[in-house]
Amino acid sequence: MTTLTRAPEAVASPPPAPDPPRRGRWVTIALFLLPAVVLFLLLVVTPLLVAAYSSLFKWNGFGGLPTDFIGLDNFTRLFTSDIFAEDLWHLLVLIALTLLVQLPFALAIAMLLNQRIRGRAVYRLVFFAPYVLSEVITGVLFSLILSPDAGMANELLSVFGWESEWLADPDTVLPSLFLVMTWKYFGFHMMIYLAGRQNIPNELVEAAQIDGATGWKTFRYITLPLLGPTIRISVFLSVIYSIQLFDLVWILTGGGPSHSSETLAVTMMEWGFKRTQVGYASAISVAMFVLSLVFALVYQRYVMRRDLEGATTSMGGRR
Amino acid sequence: MKRSLVLLTAAVLVAGCGGAGGSAEAPQEGGGSPAKVEIEWWHLSTADPLKTLWAQRAKEFEAKNPHVTIKATVLENDAYKAKLTTVTQSGQAPDLFATWGGGVLQQQIDAGLVKDITDDVADVLPTFTPAALSAYQVDGRTYGLPTDIGVVGFWYNKKLFAKAGITEPPATWSAFLETVQKLKAAGVTPIALAGKEKWPGHYYWAYLAMRIGGLDALKQAATDHDFTKPDFVTAGQQLKALADLQPFQRGFLGAGYGTADGQAAVMGNGGAAMELMGQWAPATQADAGEGLGEDLGFFPFPAVEGGKGSIGDAFGGGGGLAVGADAPPEAVEFAKYMTAMENHTKAVEAGGVLPVLKGEEEAVKDPNLKQVATMLAGATGYQLYLDQAYPPAVGQQVNDSVAELIGGTKTPEEIAEDITEVAMSEG
Repeated sequence: MTTLTRAPEAVASPPPAPDPPRRGRWVTIALFLLPAVVLFLLLVVTPLLVAAYSSLFKWNGFGGLPTDFIGLDNFTRLFTSDIFAEDLWHLLVLIALTLLVQLPFALAIAMLLNQRIRGRAVYRLVFFAPYVLSEVITGVLFSLILSPDAGMANELLSVFGWESEWLADPDTVLPSLFLVMTWKYFGFHMMIYLAGRQNIPNELVEAAQIDGATGWKTFRYITLPLLGPTIRISVFLSVIYSIQLFDLVWILTGGGPSHSSETLAVTMMEWGFKRTQVGYASAISVAMFVLSLVFALVYQRYVMRRDLEGATTSMGGRR
Repeated sequence: MKRSLVLLTAAVLVAGCGGAGGSAEAPQEGGGSPAKVEIEWWHLSTADPLKTLWAQRAKEFEAKNPHVTIKATVLENDAYKAKLTTVTQSGQAPDLFATWGGGVLQQQIDAGLVKDITDDVADVLPTFTPAALSAYQVDGRTYGLPTDIGVVGFWYNKKLFAKAGITEPPATWSAFLETVQKLKAAGVTPIALAGKEKWPGHYYWAYLAMRIGGLDALKQAATDHDFTKPDFVTAGQQLKALADLQPFQRGFLGAGYGTADGQAAVMGNGGAAMELMGQWAPATQADAGEGLGEDLGFFPFPAVEGGKGSIGDAFGGGGGLAVGADAPPEAVEFAKYMTAMENHTKAVEAGGVLPVLKGEEEAVKDPNLKQVATMLAGATGYQLYLDQAYPPAVGQQVNDSVAELIGGTKTPEEIAEDITEVAMSEG
């Protein structure tokens, strides 16, 4: 009773209403969340659980649910498989190339296009355009360009007396694949860096220049540190993309020659849909999931924690 | 992370998006006219003459049966296999789909996805040759009607052989290896091969295994899962001996089969002297490249000296039409219509397929295809493509391992181990 009579007083009292009524707030939140949560449960959590479950079975994917329980055999088989080890090696190579070549290249182009040069809007558009193309179209396009006998790349390079078998040679297939990935994605990273660069107040740069900083020093001590959050995000996106890399490889090489460009997702597709060992393929998908998850959590916890105050991995913002 | 779920979501999506729709709509009430029916038909004849001929048959059938619509989905070999697997795993099959029979069809039958059409086709069954029909019959029941049957053999360019001074196609394996060397010496690329698609490579290993170990060795391996026997290793060693001569076109490891710069195009444009391929090779050569016309010849896979198999043993397959478990009766009718004498003969005359009906032999016009048909008729034994005869995992591993052997990354002993390991996991 007392609370009931006091309540209006509280509302009427001078320091303005602290929170809207609790219950009403939660209902609103729940209603807004509902569609997203339902979709998330249906399209993300359910397949995740089904994949985890079927990875414990020997199952060809036909007819209802799996029945032939084999425990962790699929995982034992996976971890002793040469192909899996190769997949991980290809992943490391691609990540290393991306971090050491593609992102610095994108950064350099971004810095260049931040200058007042003639037609920079056109350059930005042209460099960004490949990102808009679908991966399949990119794949088909480059399988024509890189064809050893009839392709445009060899046609042009032969003028300088240099040719390559590109995707058809186990030794050059990964660099060639990386070339295509770079063509498609450097524009995206360039765009992120440009946006990041434009958030850096010009006063800082000017101040540095007044203190006598040259171009390189301005970049090294002003621009680069302030671009930190942007670069960390772009590294994160690149690594996650590499772990899931599928479409481009599937179209360009199918994982070949002799598995030399195979990725985790290609191996999974191969076993699940061409060889009908869905149990084993599910084990691969679980391994990919764990890999992505562990990377995402560790990276957010230790590398991006400055950028993500209050995210899950920083324990509610308290460190 | 979402991508890691591709396995399951893709299955759900593909099933939802349309694979196996097409069953009969609810019957209309009253009225005499039959209910509207859509037949979902999947096949892989992407090249003419079949592409056009099959479409014509569908139109004619629709004209005769106004309540039927036929929706055709035409895919290239590898894509077809992948898409069909995905859809069948989701528990459905198209109403009518191309099949090669063997272990793949067996898996679909076991899953209850294929209709037993024994009684529906009883009236037309005697019109087919037993050889053509056998791939689609399991335990005396019929699960499909054949549209094609043939053998794999060497297709060669007579002009390029003459250029290298070769007068007669080789009949033994050692003569074959010599032929390859002579061609190389004459500056001719001896063999076109699609290394990116692995099925064309497996023909070499399969034929060598048949010639060296005999047909029984392959049948035995299907049950005891042992591919490490000496004959299989020898087959691998002989194939390695061929690959060591570097007989294939430049960049073959990245080449497709029917693409603009693929195996068929290289062969059809006179860029290589030989290819080991099935009865559809001339049509695909003309479709992807210019085609060789009169210059094209055919010879059977050579005998291996001291081997248990005979040169008369044929390796290959055909194509048939299987009917989905939930398909409307019209799907069976359409399969019968396609394979009726007056209709099927048109495809034979055009050189798209080989005879599957008794008395159809006369319709073969092309001299090369005649030779294939003769070889088939006189075959001392017959082996279906390994990637269809064995369960999918084993068949794909054979394809994969042979590609590794040809690519030089694995030894004959290693691939024998690899295939055995997968065969055991399946058994």
